[in-house]
Amino acid sequence: MIRLEIRGGLGHRARAVTAQLPFLGLAATGACEATAVYFLDADFDDDALELLCARLLRDPVTETAAWMRDPRNNAGSPAAVEVARKRGVTDAEARVLENALVRLGLPPARAARATRYEFAGSLGEEDLHRIARDLLCNATTERYAVGWLQPEFEEGAGHSSRCETIPVRALTDGRLVALSRDRGLALNLAEMQYIRRAFRDFGRDPTDVELETLAQTWSEHCQHKTFKARIRFRHEDLHGRTIGAETIDGIFDTCIRAVNREVAKAWLVSVFEDDAGVIRFTDALDLAFKVETHNHPSALDPFGGAHTGVGGVVRDVLGVSARPIAATDVLCFGPPDLPDAAVPAGTLHPRRIREGVVRGIGDYGNKLGLPTLSGAIVYDRGYVNNPLVYCGCIGVAPHGVHPTGAEVGDLVVALGGRTGLDGLHGATFSSADLAEDTRETQGSAVQIGDPILEKGLMELLGQARDERLYTAVTDCGAGGFSSAIGEMGEELGVEVHLDRIRVKYPALAPWELWLSEAQERMVVAVPPARLARLEVLADHWEVELSVLGKFTGNRELHVRHEGRTVGRLPMDFVHHGWPRPELNAIHREPSTCAPAGTPWADGEQALKTLLTHPSVSSKEAVIRTFDHEVRGGTLVRPLTGPCQDGPADGVVFEPLEAAGSGRAVAVGHGINPMLGLHDPYAMGGAVVDEAVRNLVCAGADPDHIALLDNFCWGNPTLPDRLGALVRAAQGCRDAAIALQVPFISGKDSLYNEYDGKPIPGTLLISGIGIVPDVDHCMTVHAKFSGSLLFVLGDTRAELGGSLLHCLYGLSGGVPPVTEAAFGDRYRALHGLIRSGSVLSAHDASEGGLALAAAEMALAGRMGMELDLTEVHADPWHALFSESNGRILIEVDPEAVETVTNACRDLPLLCLGRLGGKRVLMRHHETVHVDAAVEALTAYWRGAE
Amino acid sequence: MARPRVLIFHSPGTNRDAETLRALELAGAEAEIAHVWDVRAGTVSLTDCRAVVLPGGFGYGDALGAGILQALDLTTWLQDAVGTFVGQGGRVLGICNGFQTLVKSGLLDGGCEPVKPGNRAVTLTHNERGHFECRWVHMAPAADCAADWLRGLSMPVFCPVAHGEGRFLTQDANTLNHLAVQGRIALRYVHADGRAAAGSYPHNPNGSVGDVAGICSPDGLVVGFMPHPEDHLLRRHSPVPVPVDAMGLRLFEAFVEAL
Repeated sequence: MIRLEIRGGLGHRARAVTAQLPFLGLAATGACEATAVYFLDADFDDDALELLCARLLRDPVTETAAWMRDPRNNAGSPAAVEVARKRGVTDAEARVLENALVRLGLPPARAARATRYEFAGSLGEEDLHRIARDLLCNATTERYAVGWLQPEFEEGAGHSSRCETIPVRALTDGRLVALSRDRGLALNLAEMQYIRRAFRDFGRDPTDVELETLAQTWSEHCQHKTFKARIRFRHEDLHGRTIGAETIDGIFDTCIRAVNREVAKAWLVSVFEDDAGVIRFTDALDLAFKVETHNHPSALDPFGGAHTGVGGVVRDVLGVSARPIAATDVLCFGPPDLPDAAVPAGTLHPRRIREGVVRGIGDYGNKLGLPTLSGAIVYDRGYVNNPLVYCGCIGVAPHGVHPTGAEVGDLVVALGGRTGLDGLHGATFSSADLAEDTRETQGSAVQIGDPILEKGLMELLGQARDERLYTAVTDCGAGGFSSAIGEMGEELGVEVHLDRIRVKYPALAPWELWLSEAQERMVVAVPPARLARLEVLADHWEVELSVLGKFTGNRELHVRHEGRTVGRLPMDFVHHGWPRPELNAIHREPSTCAPAGTPWADGEQALKTLLTHPSVSSKEAVIRTFDHEVRGGTLVRPLTGPCQDGPADGVVFEPLEAAGSGRAVAVGHGINPMLGLHDPYAMGGAVVDEAVRNLVCAGADPDHIALLDNFCWGNPTLPDRLGALVRAAQGCRDAAIALQVPFISGKDSLYNEYDGKPIPGTLLISGIGIVPDVDHCMTVHAKFSGSLLFVLGDTRAELGGSLLHCLYGLSGGVPPVTEAAFGDRYRALHGLIRSGSVLSAHDASEGGLALAAAEMALAGRMGMELDLTEVHADPWHALFSESNGRILIEVDPEAVETVTNACRDLPLLCLGRLGGKRVLMRHHETVHVDAAVEALTAYWRGAE
Repeated sequence: MARPRVLIFHSPGTNRDAETLRALELAGAEAEIAHVWDVRAGTVSLTDCRAVVLPGGFGYGDALGAGILQALDLTTWLQDAVGTFVGQGGRVLGICNGFQTLVKSGLLDGGCEPVKPGNRAVTLTHNERGHFECRWVHMAPAADCAADWLRGLSMPVFCPVAHGEGRFLTQDANTLNHLAVQGRIALRYVHADGRAAAGSYPHNPNGSVGDVAGICSPDGLVVGFMPHPEDHLLRRHSPVPVPVDAMGLRLFEAFVEAL
């Protein structure tokens, strides 16, 4: 075995580690030095190693190389820690190195990698372990050694034929529960009893393959049982008196699907049927959009969790035959300045989670060549144990090319990555709470992706689609092949041979092959006559292909391994056999009495508090690590204004595929968990309204907007959690109907709890809208001195659940509402944007008019003098109330008549004039804010 | 006049090929994306093409360092095809990952030529700030640049950088001087008005010595740079209003005109 050390090239990594040492109380440790280490399971001579270093490993300008053979001890070496990926965790770079050896004419050899960190100063072994655990190594996917690390090489391929029969028929209820827990099935007693009864009827016991298949297919993650459950809902007033009781026949049907029954749009193509929602874009093109969460994995391994989160949602878009063209990310973290002592055992510090998640999203999206355009970050203590990572992907496809009809005799073909132990039980794991020991017990549920492999899949599938080589396609996500093939074969029945699955290493049991959630895999149904052409293309794009079986027509799921049947179940039982749960939900209304007194003494101080809050302040440091320009069609960026550092509402891009159509795509979000803590119903409405307003403010047509819902919630079997969820869903339903915007897709992530504490119930609404004219996009920043600033929309006393209340620890108050009348405002604004009468537009939401105006000012580096007397009689409400449906617009003095005419039946109020270098806000005679634009900018940028 | 034929190489991980194609077509070329394996197999020929463009992306995921594996392709599989092409006066343009590839392959080096890949005097390494960064910059042709077509640009080009390993470094100060004297510094990061960035962030976005954004071969036929003019082809692509001659398209027009 050979160990190569390449020094000098990882200075950036070393500096990052050094900067983190003070957080461990080891500031005096001194600088860290980082070194790349490669291991080769070979015995090359010095000439060969010199060649390898010169051509591949050593940069002659910045690096030096050294090697040794069969290293045994590291006596006398400095204080050092070495970190490597665990065996079985994807390491694309090591595989690339193995391939490259052969290219250089060297004998084939297995390769492994590590990173070595050396520390100056005197550190004890305990300190090094601490640095390794808290800073360098993520135990979920990595391992480390103090001193030299011994490499583990990937083994060759082979199979284990272990298949057990599980005697469920003879188990007592208690044993059934224990079985579910011990195997990580995440099935409750009722479901286990159902399985026991079914197999008693079948007259046999299930195999492990069958039991695991049922657990995956019936998991919350795959079935959305909570959203389909019958719910007995009791609605209470503030004092606990029942004000309503109803049986809700499924949240999904009564709150999400119900919207689309009320909102008919001719441009909807595929809604809640496929992996992603699809709408018409131009005459020739459709757009697909999907948002997924990857919360539990990101809590354990932030980089890997977010990395595979992007990869997964991209495959959802591939699953509707669309080409991925943009990515979105919305993140919720604990406070970055949380004291270490407040971080519970088994949990990573929010700073570390953020760092890993941001790096993971950037690494995958950037390498795939997707602009990561739209996003948000929310910080709150409620997310310390359960961070939320929402990854979205938008795709484009020629209209009508997505085939969905596999036929009997078509082949089941797997494309992409090899199968390993990675990601076992992802679906069931995400259907249970996190706990202190989750990192150790469920580490295999987290993986690291290979974006370059996914890129090849993307190219291959695009070409295969255009040549009509497949009749159905689906992504391999949660549940692996068991879910993907099981779903594809639901109508026809399917026979699968597990021994034909390409594996990363031997000794995988049949059920492991069947369930593995290894990344970058897709399944297509291929007519036998078209297989040869698909093989040619797969070879061209370097994507591995294996024919796993065929669609049979007998409506049976038949799983075979090495000639034996290891699972055989009726499709009907697999997909529809699960018992529909019944759940109880209670919600108590919050107090709407305004809190006594106002602790904020002056408006300027309150505005500063808002601007410096990490959820509000600049996200530039994060945004710039994402490529938001690739594909060359970005029109409105996440950073706006003359200094390209101001906030944006929606973003707009013009897909290359649609060049010449004159149309563009706007993307925006609404998220407001702090309001949800006060009143989930109000939150449901506010986030729908915010998403729509963001899009309209960017130039989208309010009548061509579609929404996605992503609920992240606590344990839905607890009535208070579920009650809030019901209210939030009702709120978003009522608002979507009021504003006449349909839903096209959605997803829920439940059981976001830790130690009995749930996250703040968080509903993300993502919106996609069509900008009918690429030359009439709109941005937030104030543009011209002398322009007038108007507010479109009325302001009410609605500080309940506001960001200001949250920051000052106040409860109570009336929350904002969403009304159908807002739609007229948005249509009027859209007309004005199209006619060029509006110079800038910004929605007022968290932080009210004061924050929205300040953001326009700082983004444009432009002062303004505003009189808010007419906005509301109470100055605090005038400044900070969070009434929905309001948009600040900048108007050229010459266009005032056009604007007032267009808005003559709408609440429109002129607030003042732009100009100068100060932001002044008065109410009657009192000046509440008088601050230099420069100071506001510094507050806003400073908290990064 | 016939539109000159230009090939855009696609390797696993290439991702700015489509907008590069658009840029070259708008600039008047007949451009085509060719997979490097088709070039290797000879099914795509370089004989009747006037230029090869290596576009941006993450070739092979930038495993073992940005551009390293694509450089290996260039110096092994594609050595004959590309060597002949360059030897006969064909032009090569490398953008971002393509620039990294040209540098790491030794095709675009600062020392005495010919140079072995392991013996380079210049490199592109991790940004000074240690991470990938996406932001708009201005770049202007260096004085006495051997790639004379670049001197046709009337003002600095405004376009984004989007890279993690774009910091240009030389073995020593001598190498940098040598490059300048030979006219081999093609483009430098500048302020909007053309003043030197003088190492100041973010005008020089990655800490490159001498504000070097791109270099060229002594005869000017091989050129590489980090920023992405292909992402600024229309006025509406710019995040702030700039003169029409600051568009990235102008660079491609100058390039195609020189073919």
